[in-house]
Amino acid sequence: MVTYLSLIVLLPLAAIASKAFSDGFGTFWDAVSQPQAVAALKLTVICSLIVVAINAVMGTLIAWVLVRDEFPGKGIVNSVIDLPFALPTIVASLTLLTLYGKDSPFGIDAAYTKAAVVIALLFVTLPFVVRAVQPLLLSLDRDMESAAESLGAGRARIFRQIVFPNLAPGIAAGVALAFARALGEFGALVLISGNVPYKTEVASVFIRGQIESDNIVGAAAVSVVLLAVSMTLLAFVNLIQKWGLRHER
Amino acid sequence: MSGEGRLTRYGLRFVALFYLAALLLLPIGVALVKTFDDGIGEVITQITKPDALHALKLSVITVLIAVPLNTIFGIAAAHVIVRTNFPLKWLIGAIIDMPFAVSPVVIGLSLILVYGTGGWFGADLAAQGIQIIFSTPGIVMAVIFVSLPFVAREVIPVMQEIGTDQETAAETLGASPWQTFYKITLPAIRWGVTYGIVLTTARALGEFGAVTVVSGNISGETQTLPLYVSKQFETFNSVGAYSASLILAILALGTLLFMNLLRRRED
Repeated sequence: MVTYLSLIVLLPLAAIASKAFSDGFGTFWDAVSQPQAVAALKLTVICSLIVVAINAVMGTLIAWVLVRDEFPGKGIVNSVIDLPFALPTIVASLTLLTLYGKDSPFGIDAAYTKAAVVIALLFVTLPFVVRAVQPLLLSLDRDMESAAESLGAGRARIFRQIVFPNLAPGIAAGVALAFARALGEFGALVLISGNVPYKTEVASVFIRGQIESDNIVGAAAVSVVLLAVSMTLLAFVNLIQKWGLRHER
Repeated sequence: MSGEGRLTRYGLRFVALFYLAALLLLPIGVALVKTFDDGIGEVITQITKPDALHALKLSVITVLIAVPLNTIFGIAAAHVIVRTNFPLKWLIGAIIDMPFAVSPVVIGLSLILVYGTGGWFGADLAAQGIQIIFSTPGIVMAVIFVSLPFVAREVIPVMQEIGTDQETAAETLGASPWQTFYKITLPAIRWGVTYGIVLTTARALGEFGAVTVVSGNISGETQTLPLYVSKQFETFNSVGAYSASLILAILALGTLLFMNLLRRRED
């Protein structure tokens, strides 16, 4: 088991770090601070932040509708949520391009813009917050809400003071996973973002470009920055989960 | 319920359904219609082209190697994490989760740096006549890397929940560790395992970023179905791209249906 992990995960990741610093810290810094790399990293982080903010709101809302609302076809809607996990990202990219590209039947041409990057990332990250919040909502004791209501609390106040604090760990965990996914996404973006340097080129696409033009050290350097951000996030998710468990006991 | 309450409920329902329609269903619906623009005959012509069939075959082979390996690994890893105790155990868990946090492109690059020409083991492997990068083993490794956590992640909570009572009882009654696993543990975790396998398969079948970097994307050789889709699109054969996507979408839909069946069973 340890061999499997080492050969497939650990050694390769170590190789990235070693390659990034193989010509010294100066070269590493030059590679990550060159304008095109900075632009790509900045775009990735900004788009990912926008995407997780939308996810936090829409994901919670969708989870609420799926748990608390009743309407015909709810079961189907619930299963559709997992579609982005099941659908290959390149197919997602192609379908989004069909609707939001230059041949859009509705005349919405967002292809090769930052909006396209955001739409593609929203697609692939949709399930994270919904699926993290749903079980919490299901197990939430509704007596508390009824009690608050009978004591005269308004709906907004009930949500703010009772529902939200209970859902917060789920929202946070979902957001962190969605953020990690958005930071690294590649397949869903290739066709629809146009990969225009300084404009719609995200970090993963930039790294791929550097690999193709044989600048491996540069590619590894930007990879290390991405890795560092994602690892921090993952540690954060673990902390939240531990905190959530303690909360339950 | 008060009138205001009902209004809020309908409002939220509308927003949620509209968002899902605009993001998921409409694009897929429109793409589906577009696939059949030139009729069903053209779709069949496209998907039966030798390069398309070869890509499908390579994808299936990759899945057939990667998924069983990750399943065995996932169960073993879950067992170690839940049932044993040793210092630095948390580290194993953290490493298993890593593929979720690493960009597929970075995964591809990392494999090149170890197994490619000029990589850590590249020269030794080449001396043995083994080629990993730009060939099937590299594709399989990339797919294993990206889909590594799913089985372990699904099985860990189930194992934690079932506890050790039955396993201990079996052992006390003289069952060997293998018997205990096969007769007690495996039946108890089977839904978790199956769910993990479904997720692994979906990811393995659809992986694009990591495979693009390590495969070299040679038509009829190292091209998986998702790579074939992007190649067709780039070479302006959009009908070919849509047709191959249709195959992938059907497989994805099958996966989704299966996931739901499982979830219903669990409830």
